[in-house]
Amino acid sequence: MGKIANDELLKKIGDKFPGQVNVLGADYGLLTVETGRAQITELLTFLKTDPALQFIFLTDITAIHYPEKEMPIGVIYHLHSLTTNTRIRVKVFLPAEDVHIPTATVLWDGANWMERETYDFFGVIFDGHPDLRRILNVDDMTVFPMRKEYPLEDPNRIDKKDYFFGR
Amino acid sequence: MQNHPVYTDNDPQTEYSTLNLGPTHPATHGVFQNVLQLDGERIVSGVSTIGYIHRAFEKIAEHRPFYQITPLTDRMNYCSSPINNMGWHMTVEKLLNIKTPKRVDYLRVIIMELARISDHIICNGVLGVDTGAFTGFLYMMEYREAIYEIYEEICGSRLTTNIGRIGGFERNFNTIAFNKMRKFLKEFPAALKEFENLFNRNRIFVDRTKGVAAVTAETALSYSWSGPLLRAAGVDYDVRAMEPYSSYEDFDFEVPVGDNGDVYSRFLVRNEEMWQSLRLIEQALAKLEKEPSDIFHADVPEFYLPPKEEVYNNMEALIYHFKIVMGEVDTPTAEVYHAVEGANGELGFYLVNDGGRSPYRLHFRRPSFINYQMYAPMSQGMLLSDAIINMSSLNIIAGELDA
Repeated sequence: MGKIANDELLKKIGDKFPGQVNVLGADYGLLTVETGRAQITELLTFLKTDPALQFIFLTDITAIHYPEKEMPIGVIYHLHSLTTNTRIRVKVFLPAEDVHIPTATVLWDGANWMERETYDFFGVIFDGHPDLRRILNVDDMTVFPMRKEYPLEDPNRIDKKDYFFGR
Repeated sequence: MQNHPVYTDNDPQTEYSTLNLGPTHPATHGVFQNVLQLDGERIVSGVSTIGYIHRAFEKIAEHRPFYQITPLTDRMNYCSSPINNMGWHMTVEKLLNIKTPKRVDYLRVIIMELARISDHIICNGVLGVDTGAFTGFLYMMEYREAIYEIYEEICGSRLTTNIGRIGGFERNFNTIAFNKMRKFLKEFPAALKEFENLFNRNRIFVDRTKGVAAVTAETALSYSWSGPLLRAAGVDYDVRAMEPYSSYEDFDFEVPVGDNGDVYSRFLVRNEEMWQSLRLIEQALAKLEKEPSDIFHADVPEFYLPPKEEVYNNMEALIYHFKIVMGEVDTPTAEVYHAVEGANGELGFYLVNDGGRSPYRLHFRRPSFINYQMYAPMSQGMLLSDAIINMSSLNIIAGELDA
């Protein structure tokens, strides 16, 4: 089977989830869609089990933080359909005060550590995860270090500020 | 008069003993801790603790221009760092829509395949050591040295190579480098054959590895395994074949696949991959003959660092040098995921760029991290000695595991 065209893929998803999945773009040919956390498990299940799609390979789960947005924490799934050699990126944005999302461990065993890593660095709580603990950082760490409010360098340092470079 | 009970093999044990395997244990080849519950020599359950050498590369990368991220990628899988370097450079090239010349692609293929060989040499050699055969490891180590000398000739360093530039290489390959490659191609096959003769039908080795830690294709896929481990389980997923990068589509090579995913199949798959890598290098050298010999980078002055002597003597070069080093060149606002076939599996770079000096977010899909999570569950019911060689055959590199 050849690669599924983005339009075709989108049509299949749109038919199954009318009005619940938005397209965010297709940078460099990789279709990116957004959905809400209420539909994420159903959407992932559909993508994994639909006989024409078969996104059986969970490439990655990670997150991103946009502090200025209304929904600042985005959870990002990369899926790969090995039979059709198609990739898709699924995003779910969450509000800052309620960073809960259903776990994907029910679909892939491999989601376990990926979700633990995402929790460890962004504080995303995956509901239903069997063992949601920190993984790379020490257990008694109190912050989620990949969030943008934790600067890497001394925030008082000014020699790298953008206005020095005309930005 | 006995004041402590004597157990026989058939007595049910009421207490398990706890064993801390690691974090620094000579059998684990890296910083891994597993707390195991043992019933005699059999593992009842285990818990992996990782993160001992976590260096927050993803956070650091959010504060570095693209070139300064290359040395970070070195330190992930340090047994095959050129693959990481070039994977990162290709990610940036994809973001910037840079088309590299064919000669650059072929040179990259040579270096990446040499890196794959050096990584597999270590893994399979160490697997031999853990089953009690030191000889193979020592034989093969000589050729890893030969590969490191080739790196040295090209970029000046050996382990953490920081090799190449966005768009190509910092300098052309010299004749010594090509001579060393040809020498390697001439001498290594005999050593690899000898290595295979030592192991492939060796009774002790086969008894220790065959059927140990067998993994079905379904389980391997469910755990998102990739690379030689997934192929040993019977799934022919290889990024080089599925989504060719760096002109892999021009080459003729096979993707070796195993049958039952045990330690022995993984060993055979890795050995066969070394043969395929040799084929690729040979083909690349032949293809290079037809390419103009003075091209070693793409023509992208906004991103390719100019040679140092020009920086001192040429105004444009100085400007570009400054702009590149300070990250002052405009880049598109886009998201890109690029995967390369690392020695351990799919090595992915997820780059979210906002047009600034450094990535807004950079995530590494590290195959060791994802492959290792099955280790504790799959060790249940296994003998401790089997779990040790299972870990060797997973080829977990601590730097890549912890990033």
